[in-house]
Amino acid sequence: MSFDIENYFKDQGKNNVILFYKGNVDSDVINHVLDTVEDKLVQGNEQSRLRKKVYNVLVESLQNLYHHVDKVPPDFDDQTSEKFGMLTVQKVDMGYKIITGNFVHAENVGKLEEKIKRINRSSHEEIKELYKFILNHQRISAKGGGGLGLVDIARKTGNKLEYTFREYNDEYSFFCLNILVDDRDHV
Amino acid sequence: MEPIIIEGTPKTPTVKFDASAGIFEIKGRSIPENSVEFYKPLVDWLDGYKEAPLEKTVVNIKLEYFNTSSSKCILDVFKKLEAIHKAKNEVEVNWYYEEDDEDMLEAGEDYESIIRVPFKMIEIVE
Repeated sequence: MSFDIENYFKDQGKNNVILFYKGNVDSDVINHVLDTVEDKLVQGNEQSRLRKKVYNVLVESLQNLYHHVDKVPPDFDDQTSEKFGMLTVQKVDMGYKIITGNFVHAENVGKLEEKIKRINRSSHEEIKELYKFILNHQRISAKGGGGLGLVDIARKTGNKLEYTFREYNDEYSFFCLNILVDDRDHV
Repeated sequence: MEPIIIEGTPKTPTVKFDASAGIFEIKGRSIPENSVEFYKPLVDWLDGYKEAPLEKTVVNIKLEYFNTSSSKCILDVFKKLEAIHKAKNEVEVNWYYEEDDEDMLEAGEDYESIIRVPFKMIEIVE
């Protein structure tokens, strides 16, 4: 049942790709990606409001990978990356798309999907309240995440989180998160 | 008390906590992967300051970016300040944001609604 995740991932965002990365997501990679994209946003003369939103969402997406990715399946060709992830940053009409891909262990799929669905059915006000609630009541986990990344992304973009889980084998799914960061007012 | 002076990096903020002046500043970007490692010494230092604070403490927060992991640590900093305030000392937080940065203003308002310390929202006009 396993499939070519790279082709599958690249199909999620094809045109005007300003950055593509696959491999280990460590601190140095995160720094490098942030610097590269920040330079391109400046070169592209984007308004500072959009620039900041893209940068913020990129930080959270990368650090979500850093803190939360599951180990890759044993038959996957890259066995050396401890935190394997994929990232595409794409320029679109209204702004940018940030697309991430990573393996999720079958037993963790339900919990992640439930979290996304909860965010997607919330209004902007409810997301703000949810953010404040988690900020004030949840401690930083052993993995180092605060449980706020996705909520923050939804809050800052004002858009629904688009996502897919595709079954890789019995034990693993490949998760793609497709985030639109645009310049519209959503409130 | 020895002041805390930390130079900023692309991922961590400039910090100046001066106990003798009662002026604390956090400025720049706060987006490290491990924010607890960065903030723990600051929170511990505030525990010491809390024992004998000045009558008035002014806190200036001028952040350009901060990640969600830092947001919890910043709350921990504010909770220490809240304790100082509760012990009948004056504490004032100045939360700076750039004029088009509504997200940063909202972040300040989040803290203002959680922490019982007077906040002043200050717009930086370029």
